[in-house]
Amino acid sequence: MIKRLAGCIREYKRPTLLTLIFIIGEVIIEVFIPFIAADLVNQIKNGAGMDTVMLQGGLLILMAVCSLACGAIAGYTCAKASAGFAKNLRGDLFRKIQTYSFENIDKFSSASLVTRLTTDVGNAQMSYMMVIRTAIRAPLMFLFAIVMAYVMGGALATTFVVVVPVLICGLLLVAKHAMPAFRRVFKKYDRLNEAIEENVRGMRVVKGFSREDYEKEKFGAASEDIMKDFTRAERIVALNTPIMQFCLYFNMIFVLIVGSRLAITSGGASLDVGQISAMLTYGMQILMSLMMLSMIYVILTMSAESFKRICQVLDEQSALRNPESPIFDIADGSVDFEGVSFKYSQKAKKNALSDIDLHIKSGMTVGIIGGTGSSKSTLVQLIPRLYDTTEGVVKVGGVDVRKYDIESLRSAVSMVLQKNLLFSGTIAQNLRWGNADATDEELVEACKLAQAHDFVSSFPDGYETKIEQGGTNVSGGQKQRLCIARALLKKPKILILDDSTSAVDTRTDALIREGFKQYIPTTTKIIIAQRISSVQDADMIIVMENGAISAVGTHDELLASSDIYREVYEQQIKGSDGKEEA
Amino acid sequence: MAKNAKKGGRPPMDFGVLKRVLKLLFSYYPVLAPLTVFCILFSAVTSAIPSLFLQQVINAIEKYQLTKDWATASGEVIPKVVLLACFYVLSMISITVYTQLMAYMTQGFLCKMRRSMFDTMQSLPISYFDRNKHGDIMSYYTNDIDTLRQLVSQAFPSLIQATAILTTVFFIMLYNSIWMTLVLLCGVVAMVFVVKKVGGGSAKYFIRQQQAMGRAEGFAQEMMNGQKVIKSFCHEKEATADFDKINEALCEDSTRAHAYANCMGPIIGNIGNILYAVMATVGGLFLISGAYNLSLRGIFTGQAVFTLGIVVPFLNMTKQFTGNVNTLSQQMNSIVMGIAGARRIFDLMDQAPEDDEGYVTLVNAEVDAKGNITETDKRTGKWAWKHPHGDGSLTYTLLRGDVRLTEVDFAYVEGKTVLHDVSVYAEPGQKVAFVGATGAGKTTITNLINRFYDIADGKIRYDGINVNKIKKADLRRSLGIVLQETNLFTGTVMDNIRYGRLDATDEECIAAARLAGADDFITRLPGGYDTELANNGANLSQGQRQLIAIARAAVADPPVMILDEATSSIDTRTEAIVQRGMDKLMEGRTVFVIAHRLSTVRNSDVIMVLDHGRIIERGNHEKLIEERGTYYKLYTGAFELE
Repeated sequence: MIKRLAGCIREYKRPTLLTLIFIIGEVIIEVFIPFIAADLVNQIKNGAGMDTVMLQGGLLILMAVCSLACGAIAGYTCAKASAGFAKNLRGDLFRKIQTYSFENIDKFSSASLVTRLTTDVGNAQMSYMMVIRTAIRAPLMFLFAIVMAYVMGGALATTFVVVVPVLICGLLLVAKHAMPAFRRVFKKYDRLNEAIEENVRGMRVVKGFSREDYEKEKFGAASEDIMKDFTRAERIVALNTPIMQFCLYFNMIFVLIVGSRLAITSGGASLDVGQISAMLTYGMQILMSLMMLSMIYVILTMSAESFKRICQVLDEQSALRNPESPIFDIADGSVDFEGVSFKYSQKAKKNALSDIDLHIKSGMTVGIIGGTGSSKSTLVQLIPRLYDTTEGVVKVGGVDVRKYDIESLRSAVSMVLQKNLLFSGTIAQNLRWGNADATDEELVEACKLAQAHDFVSSFPDGYETKIEQGGTNVSGGQKQRLCIARALLKKPKILILDDSTSAVDTRTDALIREGFKQYIPTTTKIIIAQRISSVQDADMIIVMENGAISAVGTHDELLASSDIYREVYEQQIKGSDGKEEA
Repeated sequence: MAKNAKKGGRPPMDFGVLKRVLKLLFSYYPVLAPLTVFCILFSAVTSAIPSLFLQQVINAIEKYQLTKDWATASGEVIPKVVLLACFYVLSMISITVYTQLMAYMTQGFLCKMRRSMFDTMQSLPISYFDRNKHGDIMSYYTNDIDTLRQLVSQAFPSLIQATAILTTVFFIMLYNSIWMTLVLLCGVVAMVFVVKKVGGGSAKYFIRQQQAMGRAEGFAQEMMNGQKVIKSFCHEKEATADFDKINEALCEDSTRAHAYANCMGPIIGNIGNILYAVMATVGGLFLISGAYNLSLRGIFTGQAVFTLGIVVPFLNMTKQFTGNVNTLSQQMNSIVMGIAGARRIFDLMDQAPEDDEGYVTLVNAEVDAKGNITETDKRTGKWAWKHPHGDGSLTYTLLRGDVRLTEVDFAYVEGKTVLHDVSVYAEPGQKVAFVGATGAGKTTITNLINRFYDIADGKIRYDGINVNKIKKADLRRSLGIVLQETNLFTGTVMDNIRYGRLDATDEECIAAARLAGADDFITRLPGGYDTELANNGANLSQGQRQLIAIARAAVADPPVMILDEATSSIDTRTEAIVQRGMDKLMEGRTVFVIAHRLSTVRNSDVIMVLDHGRIIERGNHEKLIEERGTYYKLYTGAFELE
């Protein structure tokens, strides 16, 4: 996992290395400063001359300036390295997600992918910064301070033999108890936020059922529950400070008692006052460095969950891959299903599609009708190879779709998805998703065909009208028509509309189909619909039930042969008998 | 900082917000909060004073070092060390107490804040949720609460402690030497200047980083939601290029923000070191030159000579002083961000709740042979409006489901009227349908009936009672609503159905699911009715989600039902089954139906055709067909182009 993440440092190895180097410099100077400072105090006490004091003071200032420079540079390089690392990580995640097939996308919810791209990467950035700032600083400082303490204090430094293990044990004990508590808290915290999000999204339902008090109570209980766990965890961590204080004070008292005795009895020969104060300073440094190490430990374990979640995305392998020597040209818009069966995951017991044999000639208009869950969408998603079949072959233009270059295949097969979306940007920008180089005339032409031109030009800004995120400022029917126009701009050989006119009124719906017939006669059109009226003039209508083809034929044939079709038809035109002929 | 204030409109250091946070904290914990402050102050004093004793011990060592007489020296040194130890113990106790209290209070405070935000949120009108992006509302609970945690648990205690220590040390310094204090103050001014510069830069870029992060999050959200569209249009490269741009900008702002923040420590720390050197040199100069020492002590005792006993402790205090300035500067970001977060949270909490002056309530009713209505706790299948009057008397009106809109005008935004002079009379037991293009005002009418919005002009009466007089909760309880956009909650399928009526038994829920035609697919789910739904039922199809939503409304068994495109994603065969079930359930009760599909509304008693907020046709199917108007055109639209 660490190796995987470390691979994202890339061009930011340099600032990372620089950070380490400058921090080493800073630490060395920092350790010597108390030494020089103590000496300065001694000089003053011993009544040294002005020039000695000035010299020593000057040296101290010089060191401080160097340390400042090192610290500031390290601060900058470290910020650069960690922000860059986060950038690479984010970029890699995004790129990886772009390679996902539908099967992979189904696996992760979009909200969880967003969290990974933001919060989790943010955690990784903070941990990385923390690690390169302190991972070398703390041990180095610890080492230097210990050595200096022995050099300066001699026997007095034995105090650390007692204090350091006590502190380490204390800190570890705290971390060990706090970690599981924190992990529990974070899990609950996620769930709490999910509950809030559900409420924000479903406020009309909550209010519609007058469930405000019920939700308040539920939320109240959940947040009290978190508070208890959180308080426990925080209280354990809060013990760090007193433990640290205890060690520090113990060290001071010990140094003072033993040190003063040693200094006095030896008359300052084996230990003098300056050394005693230096010992106190080093004691502080040693304990601080240990504290820092324990902080790293805590932060790393807390971010471990984020690391895991990031790696999950990076390690996921796309289920679809381009063939070795792909075919780029698609001959025509014919589609053949030969003995196709499909299930969404290997674990699924039931096939979503079974034994599909279907032959659609280029330029045909095909309607697909079937109940909720009859796998109509699944069937058409196999054509642009959004999923691969489990058994059997899907052919486009007479060639197995797995042999095509995916991008070429998908440009030839244009699909308007059932859950379709517009993106923030202008209408023109959205339409150009279909073809980046489309001229304004082509946009208008496609919109006319999709019956979108009239309402688009009725907007004050016309094609430059801004679409808000999720396309909330156009109506459902308008959105669907824009999505159809977008798909038409690809000038596809096969056009698939997956229930894409459900919000469009029947008249406009008919106009759209009429336009298709007139202006894109060579394009194969596959239309999934609920309304019989949307498909009844098709060359071929497929009736699906439970993942299998129940009947195929024209409207009239099916009225005679298919019970399901007839039932649906009668249901939809019931009470208007006779009007049909009118 | 000043520049920031001008740009942002509101200053980053908004003390009003800080005061309000503190006020809340103290009102939640009237005993513990002052106690904590006391402990913090106490620990500040107990950790500042020992430096005095420390120096005396050092002085004693120096004195006796020459005589090498430990026996007499110990008499002077040991008691002082013991006193020192006593202070340390006191300091440790107070620190332990306050850190524990702080942990307890912070979480308690956040919990109360969260609950109060959530409670406020539940009381807000629907228009608030229409106006604000959901992501923004969410971030109050996540990011802003987090900054508040930083502010309360870390910034506040450090602020109090550092200020207390700084004040204490400052007076001790004045006591020892005013001259040297002045020299130190010059240095401190430099430090404050740097803190302002660097801290200001850091705050500025942290805010920018936050904004850049928001952009990245928004973009990611949109792309992740539309990932399947991206795939089917092979738009991966373009999406990646756009993301790279945003990512690069975020990286830049993040680098700047953290660079400033990271530099702060070393800069302030080393200015401290430089000050130390300067003070030592100055002190040495004073010592050597034997200058006159102006000090508070001197003023009281007449002692006016620089001695080692003054200079050396002064150096220690210099360290303590600069160390605490450093601590304060480290908290700058937390404070600025905490204020920004708290301000947003207060903005939410200050939103005016949905007003509800209703006093008529809905009760279960029993009707005896003479037609007298009595209130009961049992579900009888009959409801009554309980109407208290000014003179203290009560009247009961049987709920019949008679809904009348009279000459209603309405505008979501002032000046843009979306409903003009709409009158609808729904008699008990009738099925009333609204037909019309998107944006014609169909959903708006139902939004007014259940008072998600309040009307500008006209009257809405429910069983003869003005809906404004009915308590909103009771009004909505009497109206079952199924919306086009289904929202399911985390929990089992059973839980979701039971949401309609919390005391419904499993059998009642299953019966409702059968009625809604949902039983069939639910029993085929891997866990049946106990299947866990997550992420708004992402593992179900849109049609299946709608079936569950209908079952949820059916179990509520409401006297009046509103079906707003409730079956739009359900195939017509299943819809017919659902419709049969619903018709049975709603027999004798009023139903409002909104649908695109005319087959859904055909058997309605009244069909209202809406166009641009006006009712242009009304009547039943046969009548409207006969009229050969818009409805006829719509209805026959499919057949016209044969």
